[in-house]
Amino acid sequence: VKPTPHNLRRSFRAGARDALSDARLGAALRKTTDLLLDKRAAAAEACAGFGELRDWGRARKWEASGRLVKLAREFAGRVEAAGGRVHFARDATDVAEVVTRIARDRGARTAVKAKSMTAEEVELNDALEAAGTEVTETDLGEFIIQLAGEKPSHIMAPAIHRDRSQVGELFHRTLGTEPGLDVESLVAAARAALRKRFLAADLGITGANFAVAETGTLVLVTNEGNGRMATTLPPVHIALVGIDKVIPRLSDVPGLLALLTRSASGQAISTYVTLVTGPRRAGEEEGPEELHVVLLDNGRSRIAEGPFREMLHCLHCGACLNHCPVYRAVGGHAYESPYPGPMGDVLSPLLWGIEAFPDLPDACTLCGRCQEACPVRIPLPAFHRELRRLTARPQRRVARLLAAAASSPALYRLGIGFVRRALRRPAWIGGRGFAASWGSCRELPCPAAEPSFRAWWKGRKGSSR
Amino acid sequence: MTTTRRVSLFLTCAADALYPSAAKACVEVLEALGVRVDFPEEQTCCGQPWINTGHPEEARRLALRFAEVFEGAEAIVAPSASCVDTIRNGYAGLFEADPAVASRVRAVGERTFEFAEYLHRVLGVRELPAHPRPARTTYHSTCRTLRGIGLRGVAEGYLAQMLGEAFVRLPDSDTCCGFGGSFSVKMPEISGRLLQDKLRAVQATEASVVTSLDLSCLTHLSGGARRAGLDHLRFRHLAEVVAQALRPEST
Repeated sequence: VKPTPHNLRRSFRAGARDALSDARLGAALRKTTDLLLDKRAAAAEACAGFGELRDWGRARKWEASGRLVKLAREFAGRVEAAGGRVHFARDATDVAEVVTRIARDRGARTAVKAKSMTAEEVELNDALEAAGTEVTETDLGEFIIQLAGEKPSHIMAPAIHRDRSQVGELFHRTLGTEPGLDVESLVAAARAALRKRFLAADLGITGANFAVAETGTLVLVTNEGNGRMATTLPPVHIALVGIDKVIPRLSDVPGLLALLTRSASGQAISTYVTLVTGPRRAGEEEGPEELHVVLLDNGRSRIAEGPFREMLHCLHCGACLNHCPVYRAVGGHAYESPYPGPMGDVLSPLLWGIEAFPDLPDACTLCGRCQEACPVRIPLPAFHRELRRLTARPQRRVARLLAAAASSPALYRLGIGFVRRALRRPAWIGGRGFAASWGSCRELPCPAAEPSFRAWWKGRKGSSR
Repeated sequence: MTTTRRVSLFLTCAADALYPSAAKACVEVLEALGVRVDFPEEQTCCGQPWINTGHPEEARRLALRFAEVFEGAEAIVAPSASCVDTIRNGYAGLFEADPAVASRVRAVGERTFEFAEYLHRVLGVRELPAHPRPARTTYHSTCRTLRGIGLRGVAEGYLAQMLGEAFVRLPDSDTCCGFGGSFSVKMPEISGRLLQDKLRAVQATEASVVTSLDLSCLTHLSGGARRAGLDHLRFRHLAEVVAQALRPEST
């Protein structure tokens, strides 16, 4: 097993059990995922031609994933032409090295960070803290979970697992606010705490929702303006960007944004859209002195060559999480990966190896709601099936035997007859293995006393002759 | 002169082992509508369990067998949306390396229909008789009915015609019941929670009959209902309700 940050995983099933026993978590999840999917449905309904827009989005991302590395190089050239610096990172180690070196060179003590799942993927905060740079998360949800010492449980709404009163208690304990504050006062408290950090920070760290190859432009979407603050106030801006985020043209941005924000939060457009091309130029009053873009591969160029290429089209909107019955029941922490839900079931094994996440492809009922909601129509159920192929190898021999039996009409009929008899005599089946698992919350089916269909058909045919 | 339509019945494992009455009802209804039904006795399983558990090589064997048995059929009808979805939408991908076989299984898949789908899309049935003694009935859409074969509103329309006000819509009918084949035994805790949620929605309708177009979902729901002591609930394929409506004397 190759070393991963996830070698300490328990199992999805263990995490799920804990989550299911937490009624407060269940209520918080249900409330917010319901809200998000209602808003998404309304936004999709209100947008004429949303279906065609999704087809268009898929085609644009397909074009990009077909020449991922070339586009990333083109993007890098444009960033440098605009005065930025580009660093190619193969993996988490490279990212940690590049970013801590920049921090050290600048003598950076503090950093403000806008939400970035890519940074979670490479555990960037840990690397910076180890190098002596204090990181403050500035997205409200990320700020909450940072105070709580937790990890995000949703790729778009990181604190989705916490309700208002839990946040009130947390702020009371960590920020010294009055107990029992309403949402508005809690937001005001966070804003007051964050404003000071923004003004003092040595580094601003962000991800990017899109990176435009033809112009070298980073596109960031936020609802709180923290993305704009993090890219303009500190003297140095570091953007960590997976190469899957690179798109060919600036003219593609409006369409992709329309897909992203509608699918993520049901908004026609987010409150803030920040476009960053290069650092501050001579004569400009705003912007950082230095812009560094770290382009992360971490397996993406490999994924682009294989059968899961479309996974790189993911806009990270979170719609598949909100629609997934499994995610909705257990929340994100059970997955023990920064990428939970349907997209995470597929992406986590692709990034860290199926050995690290062998159970995630099974965390799916194949209900298909994720694919139905996905703005770029990623075939997530088919990808779950495809990954199961890798984990199903040990059962291959039994599967082959059963398939051989089911291919023989005589053996198949014997088998069906045996099942019918066995289900009428539960003692034959016993209470272990399959029966125990099924029996944990359901009775075994009991065939009706009537004759089988095949016997009925024979009798009917006989009598009609 | 109109030519008689012919249908080959695909029984499915669930009807073969557990729900003969659903398949019998399919035959009765189709015949009552003037369709000639035959039953190729050499048929077995469509291979869905192998496709879903990551054994495509083994599934290929069953897909080929299905194509061989049903190739000559004018149309194939099954009382199960997930089997039809597997045949229509799952088979071709198994033979990507062999385009000739892929187009062969695709051709069979295009002639395979779920019972209600065949009534609606092929026979064009728009009206069904009123049920003489309708019981309060609800309908679970099932994932593969909606998102697999893309059948929306058809069964509900038929039920509303037959049962009138005794048909009650199920809240959140488009969410999964938690079965998911191997999911139900690999993740029994989550499966059980989704099952409880679904049964709670069923109870809220105060229905005594739960219908759907997939017998495997019904197996899951009925097993959960019996465990929860909801013994008054009956689980029926839509075909059984139609059969009752068509032969009022025997209900």
